[in-house]
Amino acid sequence: MSFTTKLYAATAMTLITAGGAFAENLVIATVNNGDMIRMQGYTDDFTEKTGHTVEWVTLEENVLRQRVTTDIAAKGGSFDIMTIGMYETPIWAANEWLIPLNDLSAEYDADDILPAMREGLSYDGTLYAAPFYGESSMVMYRTDLMEKAGLEMPEAPTWQFIREAAAAMTDRENDINGICLRGKAGWGEGGAFITVTANSFGARWFDEDWNAQFDQPAWKEALTFFVDLMNESGPTGYATNGFNENLNLFQQGKCGMWIDATVAASFVTNPDDSTVADKVSFALAPNTGKGKNANWLWAWALAIPAGTQKEDAAKEFLEWATSKDYIELVAANEGWANVPPGARTSLYENDNYKSVPFAAMTLESINAADPKNPTVDPVPYVGIQFVAIPEFAGIATEVSQEFSAVYAGQQSVDEALEKAQALTNDAMEAAGYR
Amino acid sequence: MARAVTQQRKIINTTAAWVIGLLIFFPILWTILTSFKTEATAIADPPVFLAFDWTLENYTAVMERSNYAKFLWNSIIIAGGSTILGIIIAVPAAWSMAFVPSRRTKDILLWMLSTKMLPAVGVLYPIYLICIKLGILDSRVALVIILMLMNLPIIVWMLYTYFKEIPGEILEAARMDGASLKEEILYVLTPMAIPGIASTLLLNFILAWNEAFWTLNLTAANAAPLTAFIASYSSPEGLFFAKLSAASTMAIAPILILGWFSQKQLVSGLTFGAVK
Repeated sequence: MSFTTKLYAATAMTLITAGGAFAENLVIATVNNGDMIRMQGYTDDFTEKTGHTVEWVTLEENVLRQRVTTDIAAKGGSFDIMTIGMYETPIWAANEWLIPLNDLSAEYDADDILPAMREGLSYDGTLYAAPFYGESSMVMYRTDLMEKAGLEMPEAPTWQFIREAAAAMTDRENDINGICLRGKAGWGEGGAFITVTANSFGARWFDEDWNAQFDQPAWKEALTFFVDLMNESGPTGYATNGFNENLNLFQQGKCGMWIDATVAASFVTNPDDSTVADKVSFALAPNTGKGKNANWLWAWALAIPAGTQKEDAAKEFLEWATSKDYIELVAANEGWANVPPGARTSLYENDNYKSVPFAAMTLESINAADPKNPTVDPVPYVGIQFVAIPEFAGIATEVSQEFSAVYAGQQSVDEALEKAQALTNDAMEAAGYR
Repeated sequence: MARAVTQQRKIINTTAAWVIGLLIFFPILWTILTSFKTEATAIADPPVFLAFDWTLENYTAVMERSNYAKFLWNSIIIAGGSTILGIIIAVPAAWSMAFVPSRRTKDILLWMLSTKMLPAVGVLYPIYLICIKLGILDSRVALVIILMLMNLPIIVWMLYTYFKEIPGEILEAARMDGASLKEEILYVLTPMAIPGIASTLLLNFILAWNEAFWTLNLTAANAAPLTAFIASYSSPEGLFFAKLSAASTMAIAPILILGWFSQKQLVSGLTFGAVK
């Protein structure tokens, strides 16, 4: 071997070694929930496999939303990966703020992502965020109280059955409320719940010309039903109850039924935290026979902002965190009940996971949700418990405040709907939709 | 008889002060107690006050998950840096307003205070963009400057009030003895205003320590202080109150201890000039 050849070989080896050892430090913005915190604990596995290190910026959901929106709109480049939801994904993708995920590796098996999740996290047919976990909503109920009431929960109950069952289970003397539902103001709290309830009653946020529909009978019927149901069988002060407050009530044995996120199933069946862990069963979210169940669809997903300088390393992380291998890793260490649910088809085909009590109903609820056709009548928007337009968060927060005022007894259903109609139309006009 | 009434009034006043003090302190006490409970006990209904199995598991979990020392160090640098920088700028400003006022001094003071009336979120975007352009986003330097600017009106106002209590003749005498402006401020004015400056320092340090808008919005992985540390334990979907309480206790502990040790200076400074 000549000296020149040796020199070439040495240079090539150095470059290969240097390239292989080129490790990045990724900054990831995420929310504080059980599955995300668990993932942080397994970061070493990712670092071992790739050499890349990770720094986490964990924030409360609403703070995170504001923080990452500011950063991405200003092209701040503070984060290499962002945890975002189904609401942001199509809006940000349309603004070209996210890197499309159309070149994920064959081993990753992107086709394994549940169709509903893939649909909700895509824009123009391209995936822009990989689901870490997904959820719908369903009925969680106390089997002992249902039996005591002499009733049997159908797999797909109607709202009328829910109302009758709630009344039968209510025992004010023993501090048991027949039903616990969200009434707290906020588009992602009580706003989300009343929207899916209204969907099942045949209501919708907008007609095809973006006119608000709160003046239509379906909204009045839905809101009146909700208020009557909660006044009859709900906890006092439900106007300020959100997910956490209802979770607390249910775990303390103070709710006969709770309709909320499927992800709550793992909390209420965990004997360490729940006093009713062995007395809980599940059913599909209620309907009125009009073809739509009152369930939503949501995913916390990982997306790569367009401003990052570390796109390749970010994609490696994204593939690792949302892979089948990661699910296996969590299952091996913490059991199948603790793996991130609702993202991959293969999880629900796994025999080990099929034995988890809430697995089948979670999948059925997710499959029952269709973000492209969320309502009985046609609508110009995508999204079930939200409308995927940038203006929605602000409008829906105001509307939900009006509804919460009804729950608190501060105004009538008619007054709230009238105000909701006016403020929504005003905002849509100002934004140029009408 | 009059003496007996005074004694009675003393007892009533002392009791009232204790009751009000305990009421104000109760949320902090409850947070500290909750930090030693399990998650299940933290949400128990009826609430458990003292009779529970005390545990340190939340502190262990928080220490395992977060780099507390890094958040603490960032808080110390940001709160300390912004306060000291603010004092350095505010002392000469307050001196000139107190001892050599112009026709516009009152207007300037009011205008300075009016800047506090602007909601911070109104200037978030411009400041965010400036930080990006200057390359100081997610840096302690950015927060030191911004928090200093945010607190400067309060610092100037407080110092101005304290300086107004100091007779101008003393400074005049120092000048007649040949003191330069620098010497007059450093060696004559400052020592006389120490209680006022100390309480201004402490109050602004506490304000900067607790500031949670800019510190959350302008930081990511590098410069995040304890406010971001607390925010990382808040969750709308999951009951983690015990861990959140442990994180909050760890975040407020340094400032609580500082306040405890310096309460004499803080009170004397805040009541300085209150009784004429």
